[in-house]
Amino acid sequence: MSWSEMQPLLSQGTIDTLYMVLWATVVSVLGGLPLGVLLVLTDKGGLLRNAVVNKVVGAIVNIGRSLPFIILLIALIPFTTLVVGTFIGPTAMIVPLAIGAIPFFARLVETAIREVDHGLVEAVQSMGGSIPTIIRKVLLPQALPSLVSAVTTTVIVLVGYSAMAGAVGGEGLGSKAITYGYQRFDTQFMLVTVVVLIAIVTVVQLVGDLIVRLLARRGRTAS
Amino acid sequence: MITTKGLTKVYESRGRQVTALDGVDLHVREGEVFGVIGQSGAGKSSLIRCVNLLERPTAGTVTVDGVDLTALAGRGRRANKDLRAARTRIGMVFQHFNLLSSRTVQDNIELPLEILGVSGAERSRRALELLDLVGLGDKARAYPAQLSGGQKQRVGIARALAGNPKVLLSDEATSALDPETTRSILQLLRDLNQQLGLTVLLITHEMEVVKTICDSAALMRKGRIVESGGVTELLATPGSELARELFPVGGTASGPDRTVIDVTFHGDSATQPVISQLSRTYNVDISILGAAMDTVAGRQIGRMRIELPGRYEENVVPVGFLREQGLQVDVLDPAELAAEAAAPTGLVTSAATTAEVVGGTADGDTPPEATTAADTDAAPGPDSAPAADTETEAAPEETAGKDPAASADRSPALVKENAK
Repeated sequence: MSWSEMQPLLSQGTIDTLYMVLWATVVSVLGGLPLGVLLVLTDKGGLLRNAVVNKVVGAIVNIGRSLPFIILLIALIPFTTLVVGTFIGPTAMIVPLAIGAIPFFARLVETAIREVDHGLVEAVQSMGGSIPTIIRKVLLPQALPSLVSAVTTTVIVLVGYSAMAGAVGGEGLGSKAITYGYQRFDTQFMLVTVVVLIAIVTVVQLVGDLIVRLLARRGRTAS
Repeated sequence: MITTKGLTKVYESRGRQVTALDGVDLHVREGEVFGVIGQSGAGKSSLIRCVNLLERPTAGTVTVDGVDLTALAGRGRRANKDLRAARTRIGMVFQHFNLLSSRTVQDNIELPLEILGVSGAERSRRALELLDLVGLGDKARAYPAQLSGGQKQRVGIARALAGNPKVLLSDEATSALDPETTRSILQLLRDLNQQLGLTVLLITHEMEVVKTICDSAALMRKGRIVESGGVTELLATPGSELARELFPVGGTASGPDRTVIDVTFHGDSATQPVISQLSRTYNVDISILGAAMDTVAGRQIGRMRIELPGRYEENVVPVGFLREQGLQVDVLDPAELAAEAAAPTGLVTSAATTAEVVGGTADGDTPPEATTAADTDAAPGPDSAPAADTETEAAPEETAGKDPAASADRSPALVKENAK
């Protein structure tokens, strides 16, 4: 395949991949963030101690995390069809991608929130702060650098998942690599796709790290 | 202002019950600085955290400014609206400052005002005003990580005052600070107490804090208040443990047929040369076993342990003379003294702060004039049990670097071994 033949395939694939990953990230953050916070709050010694809720949410998250993504993709086909109307194409792929990433992100959020010094929570309690206030003004802002790291990691995992989604009718770089690179034995095309994927992951990681550094610089002396 | 009645807190961990507070009755009057002192594990921390119900007491009541917080809080574990509203009227400062590193100094101080729903312009006006009050007017835009420990605690104090509380709770506020900074923070608390009429309840393990700013103090041990009252009254109470801890003096009789007495000076008597008068008038040789002097609330106060030759029966007149001079005199029972030496009571050990200290001596013939004599280096005698006390208490300037508690806990047997 010549470069002029590859080029439109690659750019379409990249656009589809970014589209899927972007929306799946948005949904994962919206779903995973509250779950992660809930896991911390309902835990022993948390502000909303509740063993039942904690165990149930924890179990759901663990199940979600332990299913291989390719199985999840197939298992979710009926649900995806129900939500999007089809199970093929980039938009349909957002559903399994997000559902696969929510438990993952929730665990990362849990770890990030747990790192917040309990003394700060107590300080705000002593000022008369309510639990929503504590979440909004202490837990989330204090954990922000770790949360940004968590988003970065999640995006990268989603890039990987999205390539897998190519196997079951998703679009994007993964599906292009399978169709042209694997099934037509075009090693050159395969390599180029891999390079593009590496480039995407690298850029995401660099941007994420940069934001974390900027956030962490708050409160440090300029040096 | 703050009253607790029968305050009890029992923690349960893995089926074992630990009683942190065991029926604590505390009364803090409006406008005073009240210090609760005790060793770690005595329950001080639980006590102060029960006052604003960060910790729910197992039994008993807490009343702050006429409001029964325990009744307000109800049964639920979560803080309801009424309790939260009550908390906004109680400021709290912490040992580790607990400032939000993600916010600037000004935004940290604005936080309690945000909770109170104060408008933006008003918040910023109030925050800047408070920063000026604590002497950090130029640090509004700094982040906590850019401040020193003392500055952080000033921010902590400003934040605690943002909601105009009447009561300030201080949870070991100076324990993470060096002595110099501790003094400046204590001075600030004192100023705020006087300027704003703020009632301050503080807990500490440092006697120095009590000495410097407290009007009243309570001593806690094993979840109970062992002693409490005004600091100056406590000092005048015979046998007061707090007084003994505020002014630790050590030393035992150098032999049989000796009378050991503790003399407490305060007010005018502290400036009179009573010891040399005693020596001249009755022609007795007095040796000083240990002494501590300091200024508390602007008055010079001190304690001295002295030894007179002869049994108590022979020294009734000199002791009477000391009492006549307005000194408080406690004659120590030799048996009691020996027991004290064997098991030092050091429940709290004050750091090196006593203004003037005189070393103990093993021989009883030191002339009384030699109050500041160089007897500090007297070698421990063959029965060196009292050396444990002399070492820690007679020369605190020198032991400042060491862990004072550790040396106070040293058993006489161990000391004897070291001396060999």
